[in-house]
Order: sequence, then C-alpha cells, then structure tokens
Amino acid sequence: MNKTLLIIQREYLTRVKNKRFVLTTILMPLLIVVLIGGTTFLSIKGKDERKIAIIDNNGFFKGNIKSSPQLAFEFPDNVDTSNYLQKGYTDIILIPKLGDAEKTTYLIRSKKRISITTESQISERINAAIEDHMLQTAGIDKAQLDSIHKQSHFAELKAVEESEGSVKESSAGLSYGIGFGSGMLIYITMFIYGAMVMRGVMEEKTNRIAEVMVSSVKPFQLMSGKIIGIGAVGLTQFLMWIVLIVGLTTAAQAFVPHDVMEQVKTLQQANGQLPGNNMAQAGEAAQQIYKMQHTFSTANWPVIIACFIFYFLGGYLFYAALFAAVGSVVNEDPQDAQSLMLPITMPIIFSFIIMTNAVQDPSTPMAVWASIIPFSSPMVMMAKIAYGIPGTVPYWQLGASMLSLIGGFLLTTWLSAKIYRTGILMYGKKVSWKEMFKWAFRKN
Amino acid sequence: MNTILELSHLKKHYATQKAVDDISFSIEKGSIFGLLGPNGAGKTTLLRMITGIFYPDSGHIRFDGKDFDPANDIIKIGYMPEERGLYKKMKIGEQALYLAQLKGLSRNEAMAKIRFWFKRLEMETWWNKKVEDLSKGMSQKLQFVTTVLHEPKLIILDEPFSGLDPVNANLIKDEIYGLAQRGSTIIFSTHRMEQVEEICDHIVLVNLGKKILDGTVSDIKQKFKENKFAIQLAEVPASLTAVSFEITEQKANRLTVKIRDGYRSNDVLQHLLQQDLTIEAFHEVLPSLNEIFINLVEGTRATSRAFQTVQS
Repeated sequence: MNKTLLIIQREYLTRVKNKRFVLTTILMPLLIVVLIGGTTFLSIKGKDERKIAIIDNNGFFKGNIKSSPQLAFEFPDNVDTSNYLQKGYTDIILIPKLGDAEKTTYLIRSKKRISITTESQISERINAAIEDHMLQTAGIDKAQLDSIHKQSHFAELKAVEESEGSVKESSAGLSYGIGFGSGMLIYITMFIYGAMVMRGVMEEKTNRIAEVMVSSVKPFQLMSGKIIGIGAVGLTQFLMWIVLIVGLTTAAQAFVPHDVMEQVKTLQQANGQLPGNNMAQAGEAAQQIYKMQHTFSTANWPVIIACFIFYFLGGYLFYAALFAAVGSVVNEDPQDAQSLMLPITMPIIFSFIIMTNAVQDPSTPMAVWASIIPFSSPMVMMAKIAYGIPGTVPYWQLGASMLSLIGGFLLTTWLSAKIYRTGILMYGKKVSWKEMFKWAFRKN
Repeated sequence: MNTILELSHLKKHYATQKAVDDISFSIEKGSIFGLLGPNGAGKTTLLRMITGIFYPDSGHIRFDGKDFDPANDIIKIGYMPEERGLYKKMKIGEQALYLAQLKGLSRNEAMAKIRFWFKRLEMETWWNKKVEDLSKGMSQKLQFVTTVLHEPKLIILDEPFSGLDPVNANLIKDEIYGLAQRGSTIIFSTHRMEQVEEICDHIVLVNLGKKILDGTVSDIKQKFKENKFAIQLAEVPASLTAVSFEITEQKANRLTVKIRDGYRSNDVLQHLLQQDLTIEAFHEVLPSLNEIFINLVEGTRATSRAFQTVQS
C-alpha cells in the first residue's frame, strides 16, 4: 500500500477510535442544544417582574400605556416616593406636566436596579403612550387607533433577491446566522485542528519517532499524511454533526401533535396564505413552524454546504501546514510553541474580526479583499456567501478567492515542508522565525 | 571483495561545522561493522546519510553494487536510532504492524513476521499493551524487532544495548550474530568498547568529522601494541632487571613488562630461564580498544566541538 495512505490511515484511526473524539462528537450538538435551550429558558423565566406605580400629572397615561405581566403599570392613589415599596411596588415613575418643550425628562425610582432591556422597554411604552395621546388630541378616536395598531401587525417585510430572470426570497436574519455560524465554526476548527497537527508533529519529534519514520518515508509524506489524516478527522466530525442535527430535529418533530403538522402541511400547500378566517384557524404553533421552515428554505443549502466544506478544507490546509512547521522546530519546551505560534494565530484572530464586520455588511471593500486573500478568505467568504451568489458575491470574486486559497495552501505547504524537513531532526536548539525563513527559502 | 556499502569522500557541512569531512570506507557483506567515535564526532550525520535521511554535500555512496538510491533502497535498510522512537499511545502490535507496512511489507507478511519475532523474544503477551506501559528495556526490545522485521540487508543499530539487562542484552546479541550469519550486514554504533571488541569484525573510528582508524579489530590491536607482556612467576626475586625489558607494573607475583626496542619476547624468556625462575604464565598484552580510543581522541578538541566555529 502507498506509504502516505498508511500514514493517513494511522493518523485518522488513532484519533477517531479515541474515546474523547466519540464523546465530543456526540456531546457537542447536545451541548449546543442545551445551551440555546437553556439561555432561552432563562431569558423567559428569569426576567425580573416589575410592578411600577406611575404618578401622572397629565392624566392621559391611564388607558394609553400598555401593561404586560413582566412590566405592570398601575396608577394608584396615595402612593409617593416615600411609601411605594411598602405598598408592593418595585418602582415609581414621576411624570411631570408635559409642556410644549420638545424634551421632557421623567424620573424612575427603584430599589433594585433596572436592566438595559427593561429600561428601553419602559421608555418605549411611555413614548408610545405619548404618541397615542397626541394622535387622539389630533382627532383620531380611541377605537380607530386600536384598529390601526392591530392592522399594522399584518404587514411583514419580505426581502426578495434578484437573480437572472427569477426572483428569490431572502432573509437577512438567516444569512447573518449562517454567515456568522459558519465563519465561527471555521475559526474554531482552524485552531482545534491546527493545534492538533502541531501537537502531533511535536510528539513525533520529542519522542524521536521522526527519526525512525524518516528512515522509512520521506519527511514530506510524513507531514502531508498527518495533515490529511487530521483533516479527515475534522470532516468526519462535521458530517456526524450534520447527521446528528438532522436526526435530532426530525426526532423533535415527532413530538409535535399530529393535527399541528397537518396544518403546517396545508400552509405549505397554500404558500403561507390561507383565505380569510382559515388563517386564524391555523394555530399559532403551526404558523410558527411553517415560518421557520419557510425561512430555512430560502437559503441555498447545497451551495452553502459545498462552500463550507471547500473553505474549511482550504483554510485548514493553509494553516495546518504552518502549524506543522512550527511543531517541527519546537523542542521539549511548550513555551517555545506559544511564542512561535503567535505569527500564525494573529492572522486567524484578525480574520475573525473582519468576519464579524463582513457578516453585517458584506459589500465593503475590506470585506471583499479579505474574502479573496487566502489568509482570511475561509472565514470572511463564508460570512458573505450566505448573502447569496451571485448577488452579494459575484462569480469572479468566488473564483478568485477559491483559486488564491488553493494557491495559498500549496505555497504554505511547500514552504512548511522545507522547514519541517530540517526542523524535525534538529534537537536542542532554539529556532527563531528568522532561521525558519532561511530554511524555507533556501534552494534544495 | 563482496561489499554491501561503499562510501567514498563523503562530506556534509553545516553552517557552523564540518560534520562529516571526507570520509571513505567500505563494509563487507555479512560482517558486523563498528562505527565508533566520541559524542559529536559526526556518527549520526554519517548514519543519516547512509539511511537516506540526509544527502551528502559531495561524495558517493554505493549500496549493494549500485549507486545508492534512497527512495528504493530505504526498504533494504533497518535503522534503530539511539533515542528510542515509538508512539506512546499506540498498541504494541499495531505499532509493529504499522512500521513494518511502511517498510513495504504487506499486512499478512508483516503479521506473520511479527508473530515469529514476538514469539522468539518472548513478547507474545504484549500485543495489546501500550508503549507507555513498557519499561525502557522492553521498548528497546520492541524497537529492535521493528528494525529487523523486514529482513533488511543492512541493519544499523545505534547503541542497541543501552537500558537492557544482561539477560536481554545477550538475547539481542545472539540475534545480531544470527542475523549476520543469515547474510545481513550490521553497522553497530556505540561508545562501549568492550562490546565492540566482542562483537565487531571491522571498525572505523571517526573524530571531528574525519576517519582516524579503519581496520579489523585484531589488526588494529596489533598496530597499536606496545610490546607489553604479562608474566606470572612462582616467586619474584627481590631485584629483577635486564637490558631486554623493564617492569612497568607489579602485583604480587604478576608482572607487566615492556620489551625494549631491538629485543623480542624470546629474549625475556631466556633471561628468566637463565635466572632459573619458574614461569607460570607468559602472554602478550594487547591494548584494549578503549585505551586506543582514549589515546587517539584525548587531546583533540573533541569535547568542545559542539561550540566551535569553522574557519573555512
């Protein structure tokens, strides 16, 4: 059998058979689900409930301000700043007589500090109440106003993306989620698998296996076998995660009552709109499930997954070779590894920062260039691709980015192989970046 | 002459030193060859060139009658470096199988050979153990097995006995003899001179990157002999002097004498017979390799070589 294949096989199997690999692969999606579920649960349950007394000197807030279980507004008599706590209120708001002045300040007093979200909710509701009041004084009566409020909820923004001949629905929220998620995933895996390559090389060097190995195989075979083997481990992990996530969501659907699923189906057939009263008949749960499914279907999943695999592999190969080179020059001292790794981790972290910007605004020149330069393209391009090809990312950009990434990893592999070849058999000497450069660029 | 390996004018210079500086020698097929030298003499560099890990800067290597072609000839060589190199977390059986397959054996062939060697060296129960659970001597044995498993024509052993107890050392020594008898050539690199004297047919001594000694063990001893003889007498007279020799050492009735230039051993014997002394033993004292080694290497800058800079 081919020697490189043998090495790939060993690198792959020893890691995949490891108990830790099996555990992380299974636990990671569960952990994510628990994390998301947990935070949602906490944000619903853990919200502090406030009962707020309003001392209104204008007299129009009563009836106009919206109360909710979390944020209850009341207009009690005989309550003032000195006794609101005894009367069972958490806060008290004092609203002075509103004049013609454009800005008026009002005061809220409380014992327990108010969170940012609560604060903005309170001011939002007060302002809405003032607005309602002003509309009423302008001649719109209360009933009209209520019906306007109700109807305005029916309108919903539906973004549509133009592509040759046809239009396609798109969702900025979903694009953001996919872009950020996949960029983040590439960022994490680059570190995890890059470090794995580095540790593997260091293990071979410090245990002096390298010397036995290079008397059987070429150093380049040893290095590339390790990089490919570990890359395959990463790919396996992703595929298992995809299978697990699909499995889990399918399993979750089994818990949804049958009649709700039926309603979802009718909604799908009717393209989300049921005539007249039928819409109201479809339960809220069914509508939400339909909406979620519908939003998900707006993304071009095959392209996104294909690109993700390409950029994961490309980015991994680009950086793994550099990590291997660093691993090959490190001696026993892990501290050396830390300082030598810095020039590699810096561009990764920098790309991550660009990615977080690009995912919000994918068309800035910075985002475009960063998505083509191979140092940052894996993360930044993934952040942009979710916004659509060829709408946000023209074909030429995608092509240039892919080609430069392929060229980039061939170059880093070639340079790293030269460093690796010398470094792997060099003991007891602290190697600087300057020397590594010399090895990388010398002839022969 | 039937040579397996022929080195001619090999040179390898690093930026700061001449690791191997114009070394030539050849090794006979089926012999046990000793490569000796102090630390940092250039042995490892030389061995790495022979195993195809390094390319020489200049010079030629001929292997088995042809120009050395690392890519193809590498599988005919087994190299056991001084530092033991094994994957700590890997099971012993899998490890041996992996290394054997990298040397070009098929899975089945490798399995059969591993079984054979494990049985021979009483390692059968180790198969599922991990290397990290082995003692130093045990991993040494494993390393030896992985080196010779593919029946290489040339076996290079760097300090093969370090860490082995006498029983296991003898076991490995017998295997080395056995391998040589079956036609393998063995290069044996060590500092332990008594082992070299015992095992090797032919030795080369390198120092500061140059070859300073080359020959069979007995030839070299003859060459460096100092005309010393050990004499054991029944009774040593109070004064024993003669023109033919001088006494260099005396322990009870045992003497070591050095024969002066122009005289032979027979002159000493004649003198003793004339004195009517009872001779219980009389034999030549050859210098040990250790003495020769120390004599040749001492005084050179060998110990400080690691820090020297080369003016070239």
